[in-house]
Amino acid sequence: MAEGARKITLTINGAAMEVAPETTVACAVLMADAHTRSSISGEPRAPLCGMGICMECRVSIDGVHHQRSCQILCVAGMRVSTQEGLSTR
Amino acid sequence: MTEGFDVAIVGAGIVGAACARECAAHGLKTAVLDAAGVGGGATAAGMGHLVVMDDSPAQMDLTRWSVELWRQLAPELPPQAEFETRGTIWVAADDEEMAEVRRKQKLYSAAGIATEILDSDALAQAEPQLRPGLAGGLLVPSDAVLYPPCAAAFLLQKAVELGAWTAMGKRVVAAGDRRVLQEDGTEIRAQFVVNACGANAPSLMPSLPVRKRRGHLVITERYPGFAHHQLVELGYLKSAHSLATDSVAFNVQPRQTGQLLIGSSREFDADDKPVNHALLGWMVKRAQEYMPAIGDLQAIRVWTGYRAATPDKLPLIGPWPEDESVFLATGHEGLGITTSLATAKLLLASITGKKTAIAAEPYLPGRFLSRLHADLARQPEAAHG
Repeated sequence: MAEGARKITLTINGAAMEVAPETTVACAVLMADAHTRSSISGEPRAPLCGMGICMECRVSIDGVHHQRSCQILCVAGMRVSTQEGLSTR
Repeated sequence: MTEGFDVAIVGAGIVGAACARECAAHGLKTAVLDAAGVGGGATAAGMGHLVVMDDSPAQMDLTRWSVELWRQLAPELPPQAEFETRGTIWVAADDEEMAEVRRKQKLYSAAGIATEILDSDALAQAEPQLRPGLAGGLLVPSDAVLYPPCAAAFLLQKAVELGAWTAMGKRVVAAGDRRVLQEDGTEIRAQFVVNACGANAPSLMPSLPVRKRRGHLVITERYPGFAHHQLVELGYLKSAHSLATDSVAFNVQPRQTGQLLIGSSREFDADDKPVNHALLGWMVKRAQEYMPAIGDLQAIRVWTGYRAATPDKLPLIGPWPEDESVFLATGHEGLGITTSLATAKLLLASITGKKTAIAAEPYLPGRFLSRLHADLARQPEAAHG
């Protein structure tokens, strides 16, 4: 990444935040002090494997549920919600 | 502790577990044996739809009684059993199927079951994810769902608390002549032996009229609110009926977690084969025809299980004429979860010689032998030869 590269703005649970290019969504969620998915009994979960296997990092991105945030890079204007599975599509 | 039981039940699926609880509650010294442990076979593979079905008067009697027994038991069930009175909507695609809805409502009314006819708008309101333009449906509010393996574990636990003895992990290699033989040579003596092995029942008694009828299920990620009732196409009975060919039907169930179970398929002669991707694809396509957005959901697992199918679509409950010590509780095809509790009552009554709330005759295993004899008698060479 070039020094002074342009930052990307996205929203996490409605709050705007800036990240460096090539930041994963999982990383942005952690930077926002949010957790990723919730278990069925409501326990907060966080990324574990970082390589798309464990499924613990799932979030909703632009209204699509159950996206593996560790495998997806932030894009300008992206809307990330960690209230995954709690509302209908 | 290997002898002197009143009843030895082979098979700890939901049917065997229910029978064990009923027998133990009656004071019978009961043993339960299963190589795979409690609820490991079709019990773990099925949807857990507690449904009243009107395929025949005998099926209606058995399912209606059993769903009522589940409702009575529901307050005792642990939360893991996930019992929910979801209700079923039988979905009618066109006017012809709406005529079937009205016919069905009459049958349910006659059996004392309240139902509600939904027109096209009411159906769309009840289930917005169904495709627009469907003709309507029949809502059966008292039908329910549960998670069968946990319900089976609960029933078996109750049996154990009532004094039943369990032997899990060892295969049963023979049953009959007042004894059960395990693979390591252990013999368990019992006055009565119950074959509750579901689709595997013929492995112990090869002459049983039970065939394995395989089904596929898909489970999705959590999508709460996507569906609210168990949704079944009215064509389901056509699918269940055609014994000759593979078939699929739209059958979707919302789970407490927000996950959806998507079924259903039926095929014979698929024992121990891998997932049939052509049939699975056809099944999912059928579901998409009814709920187009299903195609956007993520599935997380697909599996298969074996229904215990009989030639006349009714279970085998009661004494097996080929061995006076053997009783059967199998052949439930797709209704074993629903009818397990009533099966247990019928089984116990057949052992003790008592009467039950419904007539036991339609389910007696001997019906196949009498049919065989009648067929033989009709043949001139058999009658006069």
